[in-house]
Amino acid sequence: MSSNRFIHALYDDDDTLLKAVKNIRSENYHIEEVYTPFPVHGLDKALGLEETRISIMAFIYGCLGLIIAVVMMNFIMIQDWPQNIGGKPSFSYLENMPAFVPIMFEMTVFFAAHLMVITFYLRSKLWPFKKAENPNPLTTDDKFLVEIELSDNEKGLTSLLKKSGAIEVSVIEKSE
Amino acid sequence: MYIFPNKIKKIAIAFMIVGFFGLAYGFLSAPKTIEQSKAMIEANHGDHHSAEHDEDNLKSHGASTISEGSENHHNDELHSNLDTNLNNTEAHSEGHGDAHDKHVFHQLANKPWAAFYVSAFFFFMVSLGVLAFYAIQRASQAGWSPVLFRVMEGITAYMLPGGIIVLVILFLSSLHLNHLFIWMDPEVVAHDKLIAGKTGYLNAPFFLARAIFFLGGWSLYRFFSRKFSLAQDKASDISNHKKNFRISAAFLVFYIVTESIMSWDWIMSVDPHWFSTLFGWYVFASMFVSGITAIALITIYLKSNGYLEFVNDSHIHDLGKFMFGISIFWTYLWFSQFMLIWYSNIPEEVTYFISRIEDYNLPFFGMLVMNFIFPLLILMNSDYKRINYFIVMAGIVIILGHYMDVFNMIMPSAVGDKWFIGVPEIGGFLFFLGLFVFIVFKELTKAPLLTTGDPYVQESKNFHY
Repeated sequence: MSSNRFIHALYDDDDTLLKAVKNIRSENYHIEEVYTPFPVHGLDKALGLEETRISIMAFIYGCLGLIIAVVMMNFIMIQDWPQNIGGKPSFSYLENMPAFVPIMFEMTVFFAAHLMVITFYLRSKLWPFKKAENPNPLTTDDKFLVEIELSDNEKGLTSLLKKSGAIEVSVIEKSE
Repeated sequence: MYIFPNKIKKIAIAFMIVGFFGLAYGFLSAPKTIEQSKAMIEANHGDHHSAEHDEDNLKSHGASTISEGSENHHNDELHSNLDTNLNNTEAHSEGHGDAHDKHVFHQLANKPWAAFYVSAFFFFMVSLGVLAFYAIQRASQAGWSPVLFRVMEGITAYMLPGGIIVLVILFLSSLHLNHLFIWMDPEVVAHDKLIAGKTGYLNAPFFLARAIFFLGGWSLYRFFSRKFSLAQDKASDISNHKKNFRISAAFLVFYIVTESIMSWDWIMSVDPHWFSTLFGWYVFASMFVSGITAIALITIYLKSNGYLEFVNDSHIHDLGKFMFGISIFWTYLWFSQFMLIWYSNIPEEVTYFISRIEDYNLPFFGMLVMNFIFPLLILMNSDYKRINYFIVMAGIVIILGHYMDVFNMIMPSAVGDKWFIGVPEIGGFLFFLGLFVFIVFKELTKAPLLTTGDPYVQESKNFHY
């Protein structure tokens, strides 16, 4: 059973935060979460977070969009009703392809962009009317917060955080 | 300081010698007269597809026996005399066969010249593209690229000699030593109302004057920028850097105008019946991406030999991004030009692409694979752009692809369906590759490979993406 007690350390500077995170991790504490008001360059590396795979998904979505565009236009313009429209050669897809390229391109971009954004929302659990999760409203303005799960060494961890430049260290109990 | 390795020097000289003999072979084996060209065509037809072209052969045989007598005493004279001869025979209603023979003769005689010109222009274009990239880095005060300035300056050293060679070819064309630019042939102009209407712009003296003016302007910028760049290393203030900034901004204005006109002059005018408004941009994209690729390849070469320890894989990554992005930009322009003409299908414009699709199918669409699909798939991944192997592989394909691009722009008008990538073409490429490598690496030895006085050089050394 893991405890439901957490220690919250508040920082007021992103450089201090980065150093503190490296410190905490080198002492083998597991950082639960870090809350920042803006992207801190290098924080994901300092935390040892895995790299995002969203660009791979975007590539796959783009391929999907391209295939849909090709299949759609091949069916409509070539298979279903191959009319002579202004002398364009509708005998095969390849012969009339230059006319389809703008749509193929746009569909690729459309699918890649929108499905990637939706993927991002799903994976980061963002949607309208979602309850905000920040433990301290200051973290949306100008403070940085590090959340660490607490076991039995409260004293050692508190002094480590204080030493690393935290302006406030507090113990929080979550009821879940 | 960089030391020109003996091995590279020897390889460059070997390329030049091999290429020179390849070109010389091309010039020696090209037909000097219409009779020779006919004999060559007949020999070829006999070899490969005799049944198909029996009728053709018969036709040309007939024409040759009839016109033989009148042509013999003209053999040693210039082709303008042959033209008058042609007009005489035209009057005797044997015009078609003769006109065809003359056409084929011009195509075959053009082959080595076109091979020479394509390679000369291509390598010139690479260094001009690098010069434009260099000026953009200076004018935009880029923080990542100052460590690469000396590499770029080394590559742009080729621009003046390479440009002079192109100028010499243009000059020889205007002396009627070849038939690359048909508007230079007074006989053609006299019978062609369309070209005659353009003589206000397309006339040899103005054409050469423009070319000299453009090359002069670019070389002046190159000279002063290099001078200020070297002076900045020893200076205690940044006045040289500021001067470089100002002349770079001015050069870019001059460049975009002159580059556009240069592309009409040197490339579009080989086909004086055809015109395209975005052609200048199209040529620009081609030279820009091959220039950036050349920077990347030479940077990787120098770094792997331990000369650029301040260049890290983030710089390579940025060059890779430029290669990727400008490759797509080139494709965008290629497609915009192709699709607009294909879609409207106006006869006077569309012949340009018809001749390319029918006679140059593989080079025309193969180049699209080399310049677009291959770099798109290889350079899309962020990690691959940091791996030298991938950049080199994509870079070689891009360089060859843009050689094919220039090939596709020049050859159809110069040699038509008589094209082949044979000895003169490969020889031309090797000759100019050797010359390019020789001049560029020679220039690299003349200054330290790191600019020390540039105010952004520290940022550039610490650049990380």
